[in-house]
Amino acid sequence: MNILVCLSQVPDTTTKIVFSSDNKSLNKTGVQYIINPYDELALTKALELNEATGGGSVTVIHVGGADAEPVLRKALAIGADEAVRVDAEPLDSRQVAAELSAWIQEHTYDLVLAGRESIDYNSGLVGGMLSQYLDWPLVNIATSIDTSANAGTLVVCRDIDGGREKLEVNLPAVITCQKELTEPRIPNMRGIMAARSKPLKVVQAQGHPADLNLLTHALPPARQACRYFEADQMDALVEALRQQAKVL
Amino acid sequence: MNILIYAEQQEGQLKKSALEAVSFAVQTWSGQGVQDFIVCLGGRVSEEEAASLGNYGATRVLMPQDHALDSFEPHVHARVLLDTLQQTGAQFLVMAHTYAGKSLAPRLAVSWSATLAAGVNHPPQIHDDGTWSVQRTVYSNKGLATYTVAGERRILTFTPNALKPLVQGAPCPVEPLSTIMATGAERTRPLEVQKVQGKIPLTEAERVVSGGRGLKGPENWHLLEGLAEVCGAATACSKPVSDMHWRSHDEHVGQTGITIKPDLYIAVGISGAIQHLAGVSSSKTIVAINTDPEAPFFKVADFGVVGDAMEVLPRLTDAIRRSLAS
Repeated sequence: MNILVCLSQVPDTTTKIVFSSDNKSLNKTGVQYIINPYDELALTKALELNEATGGGSVTVIHVGGADAEPVLRKALAIGADEAVRVDAEPLDSRQVAAELSAWIQEHTYDLVLAGRESIDYNSGLVGGMLSQYLDWPLVNIATSIDTSANAGTLVVCRDIDGGREKLEVNLPAVITCQKELTEPRIPNMRGIMAARSKPLKVVQAQGHPADLNLLTHALPPARQACRYFEADQMDALVEALRQQAKVL
Repeated sequence: MNILIYAEQQEGQLKKSALEAVSFAVQTWSGQGVQDFIVCLGGRVSEEEAASLGNYGATRVLMPQDHALDSFEPHVHARVLLDTLQQTGAQFLVMAHTYAGKSLAPRLAVSWSATLAAGVNHPPQIHDDGTWSVQRTVYSNKGLATYTVAGERRILTFTPNALKPLVQGAPCPVEPLSTIMATGAERTRPLEVQKVQGKIPLTEAERVVSGGRGLKGPENWHLLEGLAEVCGAATACSKPVSDMHWRSHDEHVGQTGITIKPDLYIAVGISGAIQHLAGVSSSKTIVAINTDPEAPFFKVADFGVVGDAMEVLPRLTDAIRRSLAS
């Protein structure tokens, strides 16, 4: 299959969040960027699917600035065949989805994989918006993706409210990836060397307008100091939960 | 002005998020010149249950007359919703930011050409010029962002547990929902559904009891389940616990798991790594139980117990049982 994997870069999960002095953006000083963990699972799954069927290509695509090129190189080192960067500074999910859609409509892919959400903005909207732009079926929050006995389809499990559903989906499709799908791969030295000579294309953005206008960022309000109880004071703790916090 | 509300059902019963969605819309826009709070049901429930949404302020409920929406195919539901939006002339669409909402809202944002404010924490602030300010969490709960939302057509999804449903009306009329747009749209075929039986869904739960490595092994989880049972809580776990397969990954809360905001979160034997705290720090009240007095969880907890889970859990469970019985 020809598979396109949508990648975003996000601050490392251990990052302590500090905003810029005008509160309009993240203070990037000392922030380490990584491939969004869910997107990394999508990439690994794309490689596994093609290894199982013995054919096809894996392209990774990112909508963003040149500062994301190290994570695209890492994706090439993990095993993607080529990388594409749509040169833009997107402000919201719609801009990202519209740019991805423009690229996909000019190329031929059987499958588009993306993470279920990015761990920075957490909206989880790009996959859904993209599927509608393309008029392709969407399987959101997939926990397994397997080849199917029926040609032109895949068998996918997805998380649903209160359970899990197994379904068969027609290709081409957009599938967003959840934990448990697979384990991320660590690039080896050969992959890192090979990545240097793999193509990384930079393409012009279409310039789709954003939906949302950011006013400000803030840190969550500080919490009250902790009140301690000894192991033999559980009645007092329960009393506090019922009378003071009113949560029991 | 009309507002359309998408209400979810599961196996013929309204979900908690359905009541929250109606309440969210009514509490935000009553007195703002809205004629109709119309509910579009995402499947069939009893006539009486459908009408009961009027108790929360809905003015009418549209219910499918066939089984076209029973299986949750996002593109099918999205097409029926688009058709309903056009027929009712609604300007705003409100739904919960659940698995269903996360699939439907982005599709409709494109097909209905609407501005989408997703995963909003509180009812929006409505300005004189008709724009909204909405707040949502970003960086997995480590930050907050406020946005201005404008546009003729808008979609809002809110995080579950964002507000308490408020009874403020009487049962309302139930009308048929046209599902003609649903036919022939199937491009996915359900093969099998596994429902988690008798368990409170984590994202909906008002109380959550969560275990970490301090529980020492899956064989000790009955202690946690005992506590969850007496306080009517869902069970959850930390990342190491799901990585070691002590518990299934769908119980993993944290930055790369599920983000929750229950009224009560009890963390047992979880040290409180920054990635875990990100997923749970919006909880209203946090109780931390840990042997290590330096555990980072105590910095965000409202109540703390320094002690061994094996000793503390049975005592706490017993204390709650006695207190609730009296």
